[in-house]
Amino acid sequence: MTAAVTRSRSGRNGLAQVVRAEWTKFRTVRGWVIGTVAAALMLVLFAALTGAGSVQHGAPRVPVGPGGEPVTDSFYFVHRPLAGDGSITVSVSALRSSIPRGLADLRPGVVPWSKAGLIIKQSTRQGSPYAAIMVTGGHGVRMQDDYVGDTAGLPGPVSAASPRWLRLDRSGDAITGRASADGTHWTTVGTVHVSGLGPTAQGGLFVASPPSVHGMGTSGSVSTAVFDDLRVQGSWAGGDWAGDQVGPESPSFSGYPPNTSGSVTGSAGRFTVTGAGDIAPAVRVTLPTGGTLGEILTGTFAALIAVIVVGALFITTEYRKKLIHVTLAASPKRIRVLVAKATVLGAVTFVAGLAGAAVAVRLGERLARANGVYIFPVTSSTELRVELGVAALLATASIIALSVGAVLRHSAGAVTTVIVAIVLPYILVAIPFMPASVANWLTRVTPAAAFAVQQTLVRYHQVSGVYTPYEGYYPLGPWAGLAVLAGYAVVSLAVAAVLLRRRDA
Amino acid sequence: MRSALHAEWTKVRTVAGPLWLLLGAIAATVALSAGATSVVTCTSAGCGGDPTRLSLIGVILGQAPVAVLAVLIISGEFGSGMIRTTLTAAPRRITVLAAKAVTLTGLVSAAGTVAVLGSLLTGWLILPGHGVTAARGHSALSLADGPTLRAAVGSVLYLILIALLSLGVATAVRDSAAGIGIVLGLLYLFPILSQTIGGPHWQRLLQQIGPMNAGLTVQATTDLHDLPIGPWAGLGVTAGWAAAALLAGGLLLRTGDA
Repeated sequence: MTAAVTRSRSGRNGLAQVVRAEWTKFRTVRGWVIGTVAAALMLVLFAALTGAGSVQHGAPRVPVGPGGEPVTDSFYFVHRPLAGDGSITVSVSALRSSIPRGLADLRPGVVPWSKAGLIIKQSTRQGSPYAAIMVTGGHGVRMQDDYVGDTAGLPGPVSAASPRWLRLDRSGDAITGRASADGTHWTTVGTVHVSGLGPTAQGGLFVASPPSVHGMGTSGSVSTAVFDDLRVQGSWAGGDWAGDQVGPESPSFSGYPPNTSGSVTGSAGRFTVTGAGDIAPAVRVTLPTGGTLGEILTGTFAALIAVIVVGALFITTEYRKKLIHVTLAASPKRIRVLVAKATVLGAVTFVAGLAGAAVAVRLGERLARANGVYIFPVTSSTELRVELGVAALLATASIIALSVGAVLRHSAGAVTTVIVAIVLPYILVAIPFMPASVANWLTRVTPAAAFAVQQTLVRYHQVSGVYTPYEGYYPLGPWAGLAVLAGYAVVSLAVAAVLLRRRDA
Repeated sequence: MRSALHAEWTKVRTVAGPLWLLLGAIAATVALSAGATSVVTCTSAGCGGDPTRLSLIGVILGQAPVAVLAVLIISGEFGSGMIRTTLTAAPRRITVLAAKAVTLTGLVSAAGTVAVLGSLLTGWLILPGHGVTAARGHSALSLADGPTLRAAVGSVLYLILIALLSLGVATAVRDSAAGIGIVLGLLYLFPILSQTIGGPHWQRLLQQIGPMNAGLTVQATTDLHDLPIGPWAGLGVTAGWAAAALLAGGLLLRTGDA
């Protein structure tokens, strides 16, 4: 055999030609084209069902913080107007929380992020900017601002034997928080710039008590704090301290436990304040009515089944129809055939998935918003990531189905193996009594890790929540989760390549 | 009918696939049940719900090999062209389908019984070690207990119904990949959809009509009044799906060319 002949042969059988041959096969088999189009349509159809299926007209508006994120802004506020610069000081000698164990059975309990302290806030409007310094049930003194900002101060719990003195100084839009264990030696916890406070802000005492999280569930809580030695300096308006519940009706506030309510008693610098709620970013458990992009893209599961069927058939049909002999005679380099098939299948599925996901996200969001459903906001880059991620997830799954089909040479077995491997872990994760550790493990090591690419919710360390995959919080980041599935694809392709070379066709 | 049954039994008996699938179904069921019962933890809120149902959770995995077997029993013949020989030997097509259904029922009831008893045994062995004990209000698993017996018998019946549903679907679509895709879609999509499609009314409806959600309520032994559908009524829904699939398969088998 001469070099010229070898060259011409390799030219005729180059990867481009094999890819072209596989593309011709794919586009001329009606069932495969229908299956791929059906996958895209499933994404759109289920997005329409999810968007249209839930109606929340007339629900109170979800409060939104200065950064655009949904927030909980419901707490008990004892306030006076502050028209300009000024400072406020107080000592906190007790912060006790109660959690209901049943109807009319309120027991003392620990609520790690119960809060009592000082706050200067633009107004009592929900979502308005603020800065606050506080003692907490389990995280010591904190300075927080504009819902997402959080700085740690003096550690340790508060009690009558070890009270905490707190101080806020406003100078323009700069607010400095200080804390002290004895009322004379002060340490600065932080200085924050709060834009939009306006000429006249509201300042004073506040108490908040977020829902208590136990296992997979939550229950409302209520907290009471004792304040002493309240003093103000600067441009404070005269008159009495006014006690108000900020945001009593809000989708991100579940209300007070039965038979409790917010209150303030006392005078002459000593107050006892009871409150519930929180002043923090909203997460899934505090805003249960909020929808996510992942929910709009439920059709991913249906689309997965369609692309897995097509992916498996793309190779097993060749074995069933004995076309594989012709394919391998035309292109004796078997690995090249496998790579060409994976390329064509992956590309076609990716394009179909991307088109389906892009339409589905827009349609689902529009329908949901028209029905008054709040969707957790995402940036346009996150939205693009979710759409690309769903397309990549579908393409990777179809390549796994192709590889498993090449190994098993049997469509029913291949389809079942891949569907069960990807979908079943997700179903197990959603079982209510599955411990969080097991759910996290399943979404780390099984192919279901790839669903992390749909996550859009943000986890906040300063909010107790149920951060499980079922609630939309995955242990792996979006691309890391997808990489797990890609790892399975690489391994299954490698096994398929080895077996394709070694076995008779 | 008798000769058709004999023929089907011979076909199933003489290839290795069905045996492996049935053994796979048993292994998958027991393995998932053992896995789930060994991760359950008791908290102050309770012990992971229903011990019987938890011990039988493997059925949601074990049904997959059963469905594959049921799909292959018919679509394998369409794929290889064997169906022409079968229908030449037994020209009454409904008789052939019935013989396949009876053979399948026999095989799945045997394997299903082993799988279910194995799962209950693992639950009986594992759960007390994880704090699911009488002291916490959970009695040991026992078939003498009415609801547990119902859950066990119901689970075997459920597996049989899934096999018949798969047989019907595969007879209708005649392609093993599409057939198993449709069956697994029917089984696994309803539970996922019922979590995300908004509104409690829709969620309850989806849980009542899904062949897997509804059928597996037969495994419930606690909080029966909170179920979206009663245990036997739920199994009835699955039976309805199986009957509809077999009817569609039978009609298409009669009218279509083989």
